[in-house]
Amino acid sequence: MLGFLARRLALAALTVLAVVTITFALVHLAPGEPMLGNAERMRADSATIARQRARFGLDRPIATQFAFYLANLARGELGESFVRHRPVALVLGEALPNTLLLGAVALAASFLLGVAIGSVQAARRGTWVDGVLSIGSLACYSTPSFWLGLVLLLVFGQQLGWLPVAGMTDPAAPEHVGPLGRALDVLRHLLLPAATLALVNAGAIARFERGALVDALGAEFVRTARAKGLSPAAVLVKHAGRSALAPVLTLAGLSVPALLTGSVLVESVFGWPGMGRVTYEAIFARDYNVVTAAAMIAGILVALGSLLADLAVARADPRQRPDA
Amino acid sequence: MSPWRLAWRRLRVNRAAVAGGVLAGLIALATIAAPLLAPADPLAQPDPVGLQNLPPGAGHLLGTDGFSRDVLSRTLYGARVSLAVGLLAALLAVLVGGGVGFAAGLSRPAVDRLLMRGVDVALALPRVFLLLAVFALWEGVPLAAVILLIAGTGWFESSRLVRAHVRSLRDSDFVAAARALGAGRAGVARHLLPHVGATLIVCATLDIGNIILLEAGLSYLGLGVQPPTPTWGNMILEGKDLLFAAPWIALAPGLALLFTVVAFNLLGDGLRDALDPRRAR
Repeated sequence: MLGFLARRLALAALTVLAVVTITFALVHLAPGEPMLGNAERMRADSATIARQRARFGLDRPIATQFAFYLANLARGELGESFVRHRPVALVLGEALPNTLLLGAVALAASFLLGVAIGSVQAARRGTWVDGVLSIGSLACYSTPSFWLGLVLLLVFGQQLGWLPVAGMTDPAAPEHVGPLGRALDVLRHLLLPAATLALVNAGAIARFERGALVDALGAEFVRTARAKGLSPAAVLVKHAGRSALAPVLTLAGLSVPALLTGSVLVESVFGWPGMGRVTYEAIFARDYNVVTAAAMIAGILVALGSLLADLAVARADPRQRPDA
Repeated sequence: MSPWRLAWRRLRVNRAAVAGGVLAGLIALATIAAPLLAPADPLAQPDPVGLQNLPPGAGHLLGTDGFSRDVLSRTLYGARVSLAVGLLAALLAVLVGGGVGFAAGLSRPAVDRLLMRGVDVALALPRVFLLLAVFALWEGVPLAAVILLIAGTGWFESSRLVRAHVRSLRDSDFVAAARALGAGRAGVARHLLPHVGATLIVCATLDIGNIILLEAGLSYLGLGVQPPTPTWGNMILEGKDLLFAAPWIALAPGLALLFTVVAFNLLGDGLRDALDPRRAR
């Protein structure tokens, strides 16, 4: 188990290094002038630009810059945002928790919803219920998340007026609502973006859960469980369900990249102040340090997702433990 | 009967797959025939003030957008970018992925391990982030580059599948027989190719839908093919600002996206079940 963990961590470190290298090369080789905000860039003369470039070391060869960047990174230094004139760690540190909140709620909801739908389908295999749910989950899985977000916004935000249409908090909320009131406010704002991401992801998980459960229901140990007189529900949940859990957990871990992608789009739809939006703005502003650090965080999250999935699988299914 | 004929028979009786195939075919036809079907020029702005944001009605079946352009015509023309990117990038991706997977499956363990480690790392790269960065930093990327970049970052999964398939077949009797009759590496490859072909077809079809969604997402962020050329993604972006006043502008291209992706996914599922009946359930 330890050897496995070490190998996986080494691969993850290699991947993150690859992400940092590729992103660093991309942003530095791309055309365009970094450093200054749009308005500043308009009226800056070449001397100001040269001074700015020298200040951040951008006038040196790219290999030297990369060496400096890695050395700083090793000390935990992510540099300064060119545009916001603040440390990158602070800029991303404010946005990351918002994205993690959105992503975690969406992942948990999509996992529960997907496993529930897939289980009902497997239990009612071949009936009209199965057919309807199959089409439903295929449609969810085939829907563009950003468009689904707009549709939910239109229905629940505007037509019914139940939920707020943008942001993470209500700017007009009174000061004295207290922590509980503030949490409820965030929850109300979270509902639509999280539902958007969860529905799309649940479609994929339901399709997978159904397949895994149908496979498991055909296995010998399930026949044994039935033969000894267990109720169909107990067989489905305890015996087949346990065995089907491993592939679905893997899928849930592997859906981290899809959730990150989705969050870039969904954050833009709902004005959610997360990593996606910060990264998007930073790319357009050529804010090198923010872009590279954001890519690194995305790489770490993806690697972490697949590692956690492997550990969860090992826990759920003893046959798949790496040292077994 | 040949396995391909058998697969065709299984596909024909799969109602969902047939529906998906027919729908995908109709969408492809409508895309090619867009100049004949579209009631108006997708770029024409007859009266940007008087005719803007008209609701769906007799003159404009799906209404007009903020520049008085006909939404139906723009949706029809928008399909061109989506389908071109989806079909070509999926095809390219499985060809590259198939080639690498095939080579890895048949080569020496050292080469195989090197290739697959590389694929492991590449699979863990945040693909959309990298595409986003490239498209945004080099503004106005041409369509061909969009296709190449999406394919170039999307072949890793299929290379893994093909490699696994090749390795599982490498020790089978028919390969041993071919070897015994004097087949070299090329000869063995020729015997394996038809088997791997099925995997590639399924991969490519299921990939089309994902790539169409990916392109639409990037387009929605204002990247890739630029306005005024309509793409479903940039139409939804334009419709976003008028969502409450004129929801049809964003709804029409979104529904077109949804139906197209559903069609290709139904067809892909059906092909997988037909070509690999042991997996069908």
